[in-house]
Amino acid sequence: MEAVKLLSSPKEIENLRQRIRAKRNTGKPVISVCVSTGCVALGASRVLDAFKAELEKREQKDKVEIKQTGCLGFCEQAPIVTIYPDEICYFKVRPDDVPEILSKSIDKKQVVKRLLYKDPVTGRRAQRLKEIPFYKYQLRTLLECNSKIDPKKIEDYIALDGYDGLVKALFKMTPQQVIDEVKDANLRGRGGGGFPTWLKWETSRKATEEPKYVIANCSEGDPGSFMDRSLMEANPHSILEGLIIGGYAIGSHEGYIYVKDEYGLAVENISKAIRQAEEYGLLGENILGSGFSFKVTVHKGAGAFVSGESSALMTAIEGNIGEPRPKYIHTAVKGIRGRPSCLNNVKTWANVPLIILKGSDWFRSIGTKCSSGTAIFSLAGKINNTGLVEVPMGTTLRDVIYKVGGGIRGGKRFKAVQIGGPSGGFIPEQYLDLQVDFDEVANVGSMMGGAVVMDEDTCMVDAAGYFVDFLLDESCGKCIPCREGLRVLSKTLNTICEGEGTREDMQIIEDVAETMRDASLCALGTNAANPVLTSLKYFRDEWEQHLKEKRCPAKACKALTKYYIDPKKCQACLICLRECPAEAIQGEKDQVHWIDQERCTKCGVCYEVCSFDSVKKLSGEPVPSPPPKGMRPIRKRGG
Amino acid sequence: MVKTITLRIDDKEVEATEGMTILEAAKKLGVEIPTLCHYEELEPYGACRICSVEFERRGGSRIVAACCYPVEEGLKVRTRSPKIDKIRKTIIELAAVTVGEDIAGKMRELADEYNADISRFRSKVQIESTKCILCGLCVRRCVEAIWDSAIGFVGRGVTRQIAIFPEKSAICSVCNYCYVVCPTGRITSTGPNPPFPSVDDVLAGRK
Repeated sequence: MEAVKLLSSPKEIENLRQRIRAKRNTGKPVISVCVSTGCVALGASRVLDAFKAELEKREQKDKVEIKQTGCLGFCEQAPIVTIYPDEICYFKVRPDDVPEILSKSIDKKQVVKRLLYKDPVTGRRAQRLKEIPFYKYQLRTLLECNSKIDPKKIEDYIALDGYDGLVKALFKMTPQQVIDEVKDANLRGRGGGGFPTWLKWETSRKATEEPKYVIANCSEGDPGSFMDRSLMEANPHSILEGLIIGGYAIGSHEGYIYVKDEYGLAVENISKAIRQAEEYGLLGENILGSGFSFKVTVHKGAGAFVSGESSALMTAIEGNIGEPRPKYIHTAVKGIRGRPSCLNNVKTWANVPLIILKGSDWFRSIGTKCSSGTAIFSLAGKINNTGLVEVPMGTTLRDVIYKVGGGIRGGKRFKAVQIGGPSGGFIPEQYLDLQVDFDEVANVGSMMGGAVVMDEDTCMVDAAGYFVDFLLDESCGKCIPCREGLRVLSKTLNTICEGEGTREDMQIIEDVAETMRDASLCALGTNAANPVLTSLKYFRDEWEQHLKEKRCPAKACKALTKYYIDPKKCQACLICLRECPAEAIQGEKDQVHWIDQERCTKCGVCYEVCSFDSVKKLSGEPVPSPPPKGMRPIRKRGG
Repeated sequence: MVKTITLRIDDKEVEATEGMTILEAAKKLGVEIPTLCHYEELEPYGACRICSVEFERRGGSRIVAACCYPVEEGLKVRTRSPKIDKIRKTIIELAAVTVGEDIAGKMRELADEYNADISRFRSKVQIESTKCILCGLCVRRCVEAIWDSAIGFVGRGVTRQIAIFPEKSAICSVCNYCYVVCPTGRITSTGPNPPFPSVDDVLAGRK
């Protein structure tokens, strides 16, 4: 590694880029190991260590390069290892697999077939990412670089045209031209709101107060969402470059990156990225000799969900309690310490260098008329392929869930998808062909963000209650509609799930939800009722069944569900009997089992462990009487 | 030069200066908008939301807090409508969850005016009454009076409450500001150390 030299002109960074590329285009094999949070959780660090130790043993250390990269998105199949230049992708790699991978894929250019992705439907193996259905239907303009970049090495980013957008902005464009380019591209806020980015920028640019601030919001707090996290972990320089360009455009010399401290790797990688950019002179005084100076500070958040709200986030940066404040005067005019503060989501910032470099026409060629570019989802819930997904705006929900996501787990039936975190609305089956973009999603009562898929076993009343309870924990408690509204909603929803609900409760829920939507102080409160309102709108029959028939059709509400062993199916295997923590299951070997309803705590363990599908859930129907004592199991012939 | 802004509140024209809030403009006009967490000499806080008013924006109705929203040229504000009345009624009923049935003062008047059934939500939730709506007036007034505060917020969300900081209680200068501004009668007596639990007891779970 050559000594770091401060770059003082566009030419010098171009020369550096050429030198890095020349050094790399040697055909030397590269073993790329994803060491993002998901892969590490499933053992990627041990795999990485095994590669290092094995190469050492074989004295191949100098002949093969090992690259530690960020998230490839297919977290379901972690740990993921890719061998370049042939691009052989191995999934669910274990340390024991390492010697075989080296001797075949590195020494003989062969493929270890058993580690390739196997299509669960066709059984066909796929070698390259593009051949795998999960990737085939994606368009990864932002995430594509993740597999080629070691987030701890700025040189990797520079080699892939990194900071070339900054050079273009600083030396070939005026700040106004930068804003115009972003305007022509029709870039909209990726945090979920979809507010036109250029308008925010222009508002801050025109504001007279000084100094001005730019802020990247990586305070992602939604359960099941990991888009911002993955991007920050995998490609921190793309966010940093976007932020510097934004600072140049609005006339700000100071930026903040707000990351919640639980995102340890993200904090580590962005902090390192800032240091490296400073060493090269891409941050600091007189960047690349352009005369423009800019500095960036990482602000670690304590992880409160409400701190993702822009005014709360800015209050936290000021050193005060992270609570929202009225922002009828936009934070773009009056934000941190009353100064113009332009805040965007990390995904928005990461799009900026691409737009500047490739042009607004390119960006607008992707997506829909009103929402250009791509949408990044984290796919979670009852779906086969969980992971991080990037598709053009306007892709239908059906394609995202069935083509990319591989459909519903266990062949179950789709019921709803919630987009936009805990305050996103539930979108029902009838809108599966909805073309996902900011406006279409808003039209059905939701917003853009992480996607959580729910299947037929999800009770939509219970699900609404789950998210209300999450927000109840996270509400700051400042304004009455949000604080007390959530308290009343939680209590009332609970009553309904317990089968004790009345008509009056329904009226209470509607009145409270509407008041919260109309009168709360911040977006947490105004959106908090979205799950409840959309559940009522699209799944009212389920509410009615809880209310009138005291029945939970999804058989998810404990108080309304009973467990029952079908004596015709029970094979008297004793497994459920032994596993039952309440000792509620009666019977013995060769005698069909039955559940003592008095003792049963409805934990569902018997339902989970039965291999004969004999444990049933009942709701709204009487439990049949126990089988005659001593009844022997009915065994299938030859069984 | 201060810019003059003309707007209509309840179909009456009013001239306001730039930077004024709807609440201030309405006051100038003699239109009363109810407030609970507002105090003229303090920065608007926007927490009780009882001052919600309505105007047309892009073909739909927009609801904002009058205490914070700055006046705009040509704005047509409605301070009363079936929708606004329902919001205020619901907010009073929600506030009553913590205050309890025994409400007094301004809240009592508002409950009568907006026909609020104060036990409607309270009967569902059943928690001990605190007589407090967490409007924060006492805390904000205390900060202003002594440039510090003997009382403050602890906890988040529904566990939020006001507590006294024992190590700072000596700075209580018996100004009685907190007693004067309390809209619910929570602070019942004048004198040093307003009647809130000690922060130590709150954090230790004793209160």
